[in-house]
Amino acid sequence: MKKKETEESLKKLGKKLATEISKGENPSLEVPIRTLSNIKYDPHHKMIKMGSNVATRYFFNVGHVRKFVQTVEAAALAKELNGMGKHLSLREAFYRMKRTLPDSNINLVDEQEESNEAIEDLELITDTSREQLHINANKMGSVAGKIVIEDGGDIIDWSKMGSGGYSLPSNVEDIIFKKVNAKFIIYMEKAAEWERLNEDRVWEKLDCVIISSQGQATRGVRRILQRLHLEHRLPVYVLVDNDPWGFYIYSVLKFGSISLAHISEKLAIPDAKLIGLTVDDVIKYDLKKHLIKFEDVDFKRLEQISNYEWFKNSKEWQRQFKMMKEMKSKVELAALSSKGITFISDTYLPEKIKKKDFLD
Amino acid sequence: MADKNITAEDLAHQLRAVSVAEFFEKNRHLLGYENPTKALITIVKELMDNSLDACEEARILPDIKVSIKEIAPERFKVKVEDNGPGIVEEKLPLAFGKLLYGSKFHRLKMSRGTQGLGASGAILYSQLTTGKPSKIASSTGKEIHEIELMIDVNKNDPKIVSHKEEKNSGKWHGIKIELETEARYIEGKQSVFEYLRQTAMSNPYAKIIYDGPNGKVEFERVVKEMPPLPREIKPHPYGVEIGLLRRMLASTNARNLVGFLTSDFSRVGRGTALQICKLAKLDTDRKPHDLSHDEMEKLHKSMQMVKLIGPPTDCLSPLSEKLLEEGLRKETKAEFVVAVTRPPSVYRGNPFQVECALAFGGELPKEGSSQLFRFANKVPLLYHASDCATTDAVVDTDWKRYGFSQSSGQLPQGQLGIFIHFASVWVPYTSEGKQAIASYPEIVKEMKLALQEAGRKLAVYVRQKNRMHDRQMRKELFEKYIPELAESLEKLSGDKKEKLIEALEKIIKKSAIKSEENEKEGDGREPEKTG
Repeated sequence: MKKKETEESLKKLGKKLATEISKGENPSLEVPIRTLSNIKYDPHHKMIKMGSNVATRYFFNVGHVRKFVQTVEAAALAKELNGMGKHLSLREAFYRMKRTLPDSNINLVDEQEESNEAIEDLELITDTSREQLHINANKMGSVAGKIVIEDGGDIIDWSKMGSGGYSLPSNVEDIIFKKVNAKFIIYMEKAAEWERLNEDRVWEKLDCVIISSQGQATRGVRRILQRLHLEHRLPVYVLVDNDPWGFYIYSVLKFGSISLAHISEKLAIPDAKLIGLTVDDVIKYDLKKHLIKFEDVDFKRLEQISNYEWFKNSKEWQRQFKMMKEMKSKVELAALSSKGITFISDTYLPEKIKKKDFLD
Repeated sequence: MADKNITAEDLAHQLRAVSVAEFFEKNRHLLGYENPTKALITIVKELMDNSLDACEEARILPDIKVSIKEIAPERFKVKVEDNGPGIVEEKLPLAFGKLLYGSKFHRLKMSRGTQGLGASGAILYSQLTTGKPSKIASSTGKEIHEIELMIDVNKNDPKIVSHKEEKNSGKWHGIKIELETEARYIEGKQSVFEYLRQTAMSNPYAKIIYDGPNGKVEFERVVKEMPPLPREIKPHPYGVEIGLLRRMLASTNARNLVGFLTSDFSRVGRGTALQICKLAKLDTDRKPHDLSHDEMEKLHKSMQMVKLIGPPTDCLSPLSEKLLEEGLRKETKAEFVVAVTRPPSVYRGNPFQVECALAFGGELPKEGSSQLFRFANKVPLLYHASDCATTDAVVDTDWKRYGFSQSSGQLPQGQLGIFIHFASVWVPYTSEGKQAIASYPEIVKEMKLALQEAGRKLAVYVRQKNRMHDRQMRKELFEKYIPELAESLEKLSGDKKEKLIEALEKIIKKSAIKSEENEKEGDGREPEKTG
């Protein structure tokens, strides 16, 4: 969708509401519902998709009015940003929307959570993405590897970024890939591991790209992974801790997330594979002395994840869940350093890749 | 349960040889004198009951003065004065100085007192705790007789200490009683003041002046009409307890059983009387005085077995919806009062009638539980609320339907006063203390029906009030958001802000009702659609 189209769809939304008002009707918005109850796993495309349930949000309804006005305000803000060609972060958008209603002590938004939700609802209502609305997700991600890009007119070589790597922007739509010499991508959940691999120049030795963000991958990171995967057929390997939370990071990258199910097509990478740590790795590389005992939340999360539709029919994954449950413990990636400072770079990753020892 | 209702009388019969004082001492917990606080309330209550009954029978609007003064620690002087018909000189000593003597003992008629234990019990208690005689003044409109009276506790006979006769220049008639007693005075939910306040509620045609230890209060008369005088009826066979049957057999003028059954009971004709005798295997010519205890029991059993139509119900004298509303409004200053008088009904052969009233707002407490006011034959019940049929009925009613929150097994919450009046020729108290009505299913059912009917009427009022309040709040809320919406929308669609505001304000006025309906469905949640 082009800039013009985004502006048009926002204006169309405004016109619809203005028409309802002038006709004396109760203005309303149809908002698709973003909960587990309204998502479906599409086994054919191997991703999570949004269901068709929508809620109608009215202005003249005591329970709706606040969210209604927040959503319209978010739309007005997005239109303004599009017109000016400027971007705001979610935090900035929150301050931009926050104000006190005249003759009252009511703020239009009190918490950033409210403006975030209004923006997410707006994406669904207008069928646009946050990037198109010119509101940026948090930027958090480092990359290094054998790729040259063009970003805002600058030519950048990801193999010449020193120890910090190239910092991925929140909006990666306008990045152009000039030269791609890498054969695959490793995504890791921890910045510490990324620094380890970068220091050991793993991307050079294995001809790959290494990317990380902190914990759950941000939209920008997920989008660049998908673009490289689709545009340059680079396989994506995911490196996470051996615990339910790590497994879910993999799950989101591969199948999409519940809250962003409406844009799974733009974010999910159904061919992504888990490179580690599996429970088998824990046994094989003798990491059992570094077990961290499960707490109640870990057991609960493991139970939830093992019941997700997209894991339910995978024998291999159910085997992992079962072993983890029996082990009653988790293991961190950093535990690999007990085998040697550069063990992960020199032994673990090369071995896994050579043997194609992945979990799908 | 059946035996409980006659305990005191049975005891009195069997204890003739024992001193009355001993009988009283042993049964003081049944009679309302178990502690000094309750004793004071009981004394006032017994004297007030007599005064109100006497005034009503004589069709005189009651003017009653009650005075309680502390004369020494834990010792009080109690005075009660009425403007009733008075008692003739000859009967005066017996009426107050002999226990179980009274005009209401052998009859079935709706009245406050029934057992002839009330005033004489108060006097005996005073005598037992202070050793002093009680002063009683009476006039029927002519001269005033003033006596000082003690009770001979061995013989259960009055003993006149002094007797004065005075001229009655002001044509006063009525009774004035003054006695001293050991007691404790408190304020609160179970107090003399509360008793009088509730009496004023259920007797809005009475004027009550109370001069208590903490000052003077006047409970105004708000209506000038009294409920009609209840008609006296003969007992219905289904409602007769064996003790009463024994007394009736002993005191009847009839010469044989058939005569006794047909003349001393209601709804018994000759055919039915013969049938009862046959069932009991008793000769129809038997003399009523001569029956043995076993034969009495057979007769009693047979009386319950024959088919009879219910007792006449015109013997009841309910307060009426109007008096109920006036009484409750007066004492609670409620903004809304609704009363319901149910048609008469019958439990175990005894006619009864239930009335209830609901008061909302006013001086009722804003927070916490609603207040339940319980009455039997116009007398407030202050104790044993949890054992009472009225409480069962209120707790069993679903108050959420009428807009009040309620936890299960509890009274509803809110600024609500619940008034229940049970009127009957025979009130089934759970004990002789006469503080709680037994939960017969027929009685609880009638009470619930009354509460439901009143609840529905109150709900209409409360809902309307809430709706008006909600509508105002809603309007104000939307008015705050309208300029915001118009401003955002102007940026979005290019329409003029002022025009949008004008149109939105028009919608508020026009569609207040419509948007209310929208909200009813989802309670503010966004309605979901499966597309």
